[in-house]
Amino acid sequence: MVTVLTESGACDVASAKAKGNDLWVKRDDVEMAIGWNLKPEGLCQGEVCVPMPRSNADEYVNDGNVNISAWWKLMNRPVLHDNDGETWMLGASAQDRAAALSSLDAPDFRLPDLDGKMHSLSDFRGKRVFLTTWSSW
Amino acid sequence: MYNDVKDQDFMIIAVAEESRGEETAREFVDEAKAEYITLIDREHHIADLYNMVNVPQSVWIDEQGRIVRPAETAGSHDSWRAMNREDMSVPDDAAALIATAQETYVNAVRDWAVNGASSKHAFSAEQARAHLELPDANVALTNANFRLGQYLHAKGNTDEAEIFLNTASQLRPESWNIYRQTMNLKELGPMGLAADEAFFEKVDGLGAGRYYPPPDMEGFPKELGFEPPS
Repeated sequence: MVTVLTESGACDVASAKAKGNDLWVKRDDVEMAIGWNLKPEGLCQGEVCVPMPRSNADEYVNDGNVNISAWWKLMNRPVLHDNDGETWMLGASAQDRAAALSSLDAPDFRLPDLDGKMHSLSDFRGKRVFLTTWSSW
Repeated sequence: MYNDVKDQDFMIIAVAEESRGEETAREFVDEAKAEYITLIDREHHIADLYNMVNVPQSVWIDEQGRIVRPAETAGSHDSWRAMNREDMSVPDDAAALIATAQETYVNAVRDWAVNGASSKHAFSAEQARAHLELPDANVALTNANFRLGQYLHAKGNTDEAEIFLNTASQLRPESWNIYRQTMNLKELGPMGLAADEAFFEKVDGLGAGRYYPPPDMEGFPKELGFEPPS
């Protein structure tokens, strides 16, 4: 079983097959794995679509399978995997992070407190929030 | 500080960047008798989202969810580096700078908590953007390495985890978060802190550079406060 790590968390994808530095998943599992969808226009998330490269399309979609690592690299995002190809990290794009900060809309998040109860920044809309970090180390 | 202003529509969210999880954080929270909200961030997601490289760093966010001060050092001062590393004592002048820095920052947060946008410490949108440090592709790759390393470590695959965690440290040496969390995951140093000889060597390597870059804030001591080792 292959685990795909993205911003949204860890997702076990039964159909995923690692081949070297490529990770192929069944077309129907693409959205579950990476939150993007394969459409006639290309790989899409909401209104945003990345068109399929024409010259080497079969390196991206082949026989009902989608090379999600190739798409990820096409979008300028980091792709890493462990030695056995069992755990894949599909990282966030620097452009997205930079654009979010530049908008000055504070990026939302969801994290647990000490008792495991989840909290989001957006729960505190209407209050001024002093967001601060600390650690034990 | 929170007790003074909690009726003023103000909230402190204290995020523990703590890959070892809540049990490691808990003893520190109990000690501080925190009355504000404490969240546990094993994956350092907040550091990733807000492009933070050390603790404590903070972001001021207004009622509309807008950033009014981007990530900055939350009142800490570099003069801790003048500490005697045998007995952990800090010379008086360095201690005074540390106290001034802390007090200046806490007073500024309190002023904003009470006065909101009219506080002189709240940046305009233009000022806030000018103070942003934006991540590049190297930062994105660093964070991917850290996240994968942290995940593998949590799964018990510590040998392979170390490869990714070390790569993250090497890609972005200015991230003390990643460096120290990695040290901490490998082995707990003296007093549970990732502050061994290698750490101090790296700190000394900063020279006149900053471990805690001072925030752009009226009254905050900008001077280093000691002669760095050459």
